[in-house]
Parts: sequence; structure tokens; C-alpha cells
Amino acid sequence: MLDYLTRRLVGTIPVLLAVSIFVFLFVHLLPGDPARLVAGPDATPQDIAAVRADMGLDRPLIVQYAHYLIDTLQLRLGRSIKTHQTVAELIGERFMPTLLLTVFAMLWSVVVGVGIGVLSGVKRGRWQDQVGMVLAISGISFPGFWLGLLLIDLFSVHLGWLPTGGYGTWQHFVLPAFTLGTGVAAVMARFTRSAFVEVTAEDYVRTARAKGVPERGVVWKHTLRNALIPVITLTGLQFGFLLGGAIVVETVFAWPGLGRLLVDSVAYRDYPVIQAEILLFSSEFVLINLVVDLLYAVVNPEIRLR
Amino acid sequence: MSDLAMTAPALRSPSVEFWRRFRRKRVALAAGGVLLVLILAAIAAPLIAPYGPMVPDYDNVLAGPSWQHLCGTDTFGRDIFSRILWGGRISLTVGFVSVALGGSVGVVLGLVSGFFGGLLDSLIMRVMDVLLAFPGILLAIGVVALLGPGIDNVIYAIAVFSVPVFARLVRGSTLALRQTLYVQAARSIGVRAPQLMLIHILPGALPSVIVYCSLRVGTSILTAAALSFIGLGAPPPSPEWGTMLAEGRSYLGVADQMTLFPGLAIFITALAFNLLGDGLRDALDQKLR
Repeated sequence: MLDYLTRRLVGTIPVLLAVSIFVFLFVHLLPGDPARLVAGPDATPQDIAAVRADMGLDRPLIVQYAHYLIDTLQLRLGRSIKTHQTVAELIGERFMPTLLLTVFAMLWSVVVGVGIGVLSGVKRGRWQDQVGMVLAISGISFPGFWLGLLLIDLFSVHLGWLPTGGYGTWQHFVLPAFTLGTGVAAVMARFTRSAFVEVTAEDYVRTARAKGVPERGVVWKHTLRNALIPVITLTGLQFGFLLGGAIVVETVFAWPGLGRLLVDSVAYRDYPVIQAEILLFSSEFVLINLVVDLLYAVVNPEIRLR
Repeated sequence: MSDLAMTAPALRSPSVEFWRRFRRKRVALAAGGVLLVLILAAIAAPLIAPYGPMVPDYDNVLAGPSWQHLCGTDTFGRDIFSRILWGGRISLTVGFVSVALGGSVGVVLGLVSGFFGGLLDSLIMRVMDVLLAFPGILLAIGVVALLGPGIDNVIYAIAVFSVPVFARLVRGSTLALRQTLYVQAARSIGVRAPQLMLIHILPGALPSVIVYCSLRVGTSILTAAALSFIGLGAPPPSPEWGTMLAEGRSYLGVADQMTLFPGLAIFITALAFNLLGDGLRDALDQKLR
């Protein structure tokens, strides 16, 4: 296990480095001069030259990258062009709302999604299965931002039960967390069902039935346990996609999180913030994948031996 | 199509067998029918739309659905039904073109990667891993941030995040097909690499690619609408469905038709592509996720 752990940890480093190179080059791929962008539209040539020297843009690319990497590791991410706050500060403010939102969305959607998936798998071909799968494919095809708007229309505008947006009390969490989790619940349901059905066809399940294990035991002990192994992987992956989904859902609900910060920054061309956010999101994604792989190895010894 | 031939019970050609199975998927067939109608409606929008997509009618602002305006009108009195028909041209174009672009690049990379193996394979696949390391919409936002908002850039943005998916898929099939007898035989009589890949391997990998295309077009249409909704795609007054939804946002409870119908259009289109893709996949009987 230790061997596997080391191998996976070491394997993550090149991916993270590659991501950081992408993100670093991002500013250099922009049309126009990054120094001019940072200095703003009214800057004099002297200003621009000063910014260029300040940003180190007059040095070779590889030196710039080295500096970028060192700065990033020390969380010196530059300043926002729009608010002049440090990027680290901005991200710090916005981190918790997004984290809480994704965690709540994840919690309900995994429970409901796996529940529907197991029910559909047990009652394969019956009406419960059909209802479950219709819900699931609808959930996958439902645009999250439209769902959000419909929910606001119903629960906030017409019924007046919940706030239309913003952040603060638990009521603020209900609609965004529901909206964000829907797609994940749908994916989880479909996946759990197919994993369940696949395991049902295994020899050991047939053996369990043949030796007279009661149906309840076959479902809970022999089938479900094994079916849940791949579900763990998917859960981790979905967490990464929730971060992406949060970008849209936060815009719908005026949620003060990282997603809306990113959208606002792109609209304002606030490149230091965009750069830092893309780096943050993708590193999170890579790290989540790593954790998932490790968890997977814990549950399934076969993986470690490969 | 050797993998299909192996699962075929009798001496039927794989395509006949595939059609036999697909024909029984009534839901998928219905979805295909709906898509056909949507595509024809989008093509014929100039002929069948009762009003122009940009024509204002200030005497008829925010009107509810009626026989005159099937889906009502928006803040400028523009006919929402006509705008949805025109918007279908944008959404479907974005969906098909981005998947065609991303799919072709991905298929070529996957073929090359799986066929030659070695260093080239590792290099291509690591780049694909890094691309997969970004959640799709984030990658798209990055590309849009780079190129600027606009529907053309949305197409590129979405194409980029389709590439690794197809590359992985085709690489997998290529690895398997490279070992088959008929490819070995072709190689032994001196067939060259490009021909081996295009004539002998690609057709075998194609069915799963087509299935994935259907699922992918649905996803792409959703993503494009999301990008437009957050203001990074087609700018107003474009009748892009996501853009229309964003415009309707401020009129929730006042003019629900502005959010209801464009959203419904996105949902039905995405659902139809997903159902069709599911049916195709089941008929192919392959384990694709």
C-alpha cells in the first residue's frame, strides 16, 4: 500500500506542473501585451514599462515561470486589476461559501442518487426502476441554470418561502444546493444501477442464491457492497464536476463564491484572478482524483498490486 | 466491427444485427424523431417562424402565450416562439460543429496514440490527462477568457474539452483492434500505417465514436447554453437559448414565458440527444459510460 501511495503521489506532480505551465502560459497567450492589460487603458508608456519590469516580463520565459511557481507556492498570486485586493485575499473570502455549497449539494445528491440507483437495480424492469431512470435521464439533461430559475420562480417569487439569492442563513442554501446536486444525483443513480445490475450477474451472487441466502442478504451483503466500489470513484469525480457546476449555479443565485468571482473576472478581464482561480480549480480536481484513487485502493486490494 | 461480430448470435452482419436491436428501442427511436423535427425546424426557421427573431413590437410587450404568439413575447415584444426556432440554428450548430471538431481531433490522436504506442502514446495521453484535469466548463471558460466571448469561440472552447474524451475512447479501441487477426494479416502483406489505421482500424472504432457523439452533442448544447447564460457566449440580442434565459431572469414572476420556453427548448434537445445516445449504446451493447 505504501508503495502504491508513493507511486500515486509522485505521479501527481507532473500533472500539477503541467497544469501550472498551462496556467502560466495563459497570460502570455492573451492577445496583446499583458503589461498593458495590467497597467490599464490610461497608462503611459512609462507606466507600462514599469509594470513590465515589476511583473518581470522583461526576463526570459523560463525565469518568469520559475518565479511564478515560487510565488504561487507561497500564495503570492498578485493583485486583482479590478479591486486591487490581493488575489489570495479575494479567494480566501470566496472559498468557504463555495466549499459549503458543494458539500451540501454532494451530501444530498449522493444519498438520493445511490438510493434511487439501488432501488432501480433491485426492482429492475418494474415501475420503480422505470420512474427512477426517467428521473435520472431528465436530471442529466436538465440545464442547471434553468432549474435554478424555475425554483426561484416557484419558491421565492410565487410562494415567498425562500430567498431568491444571496448568502447567510440556512434558507439561502436550500435552492442552490438542490440545483447544484440534481445533475450529480442523476449521474449517481444511473451509475449505481448499472454497477448493481452488473454485480447481480456475478457467479458469487448466483452461488449465494443457490445456497439459500435470503434475498435481503443477497442484495445487501453480496451485491450492494461490491457494487458500491466503483461508485466511490464516481463520487470523487462528481465532486470535481460540482466545482464546475458551481460556476453557473452561483451566478443564478448571486452566491458570493469562487464561481461567480471567476465569471465576474472573465467579464472584467481580471487576469490575475482568472489565472489563480483556474489553477485552484484544476489543482483541486487533480487532488480529488488522487484521493479517490487512494480510497479505491483501500477498498479494492487488486488495484494496489498492479 | 469485429467486436460486434463476436456478440452477434447468428450469421447476421453487424449492421443488420445493430439495426434489429435498435429498432426495438422505442424511446430512442422517438428521441431520434424529435431530433429530426428539431433539426428540420431549425433549418426551416426563416420559412416557418411566424415573426422575425429581432423584430420588436412595442404594442405587445411581455404578452403571455396566445394563438398570435404561441410562447408569448419578451420585453421588446419579440415573438419568443420565433426566437426559439432561430435559436435552434445556433444551439444545434454549436453542438454539431464543436463535437465534429473535437471528435475529429480526438479520433486522430487516439488512433495515432493507440497504433504507434511508445513515447508518442505516453506524450499524447499525458496531455489528454491534463486536459481532463480541468472540469469541462472551466476549460471552456478559460478558452473564452483567452479568445473573448462570442459564439465562435464557444464552439472552439467546447471542442477543446471533447478532444480528450474521444482520444481515450479511440485509443482503447485501437489497442484492441491492433491485435486482431485481420489487422495483423493486413500488416503482414505490407499495408502501410496510415492505410491500416484509416481502412482497417477506424471502421471498427467508429460505432462507439458515433454513440459518444450523440451523448456529447447533448452535453455540448447544455454547456454552450450555460456559457451564454453567464454572459460568455452569444451576446444579446442573439436568440441563443441560454442568452434568452439570461434576459428572462429579471422578469421572473412577471413574464415567466421568457424563462419557461427557452429552458424547455434546451431541456428537450438535450434529453433527445441523451435518449438517442442511450439507445444506440444499448443496441451496440458496449460498456460505455
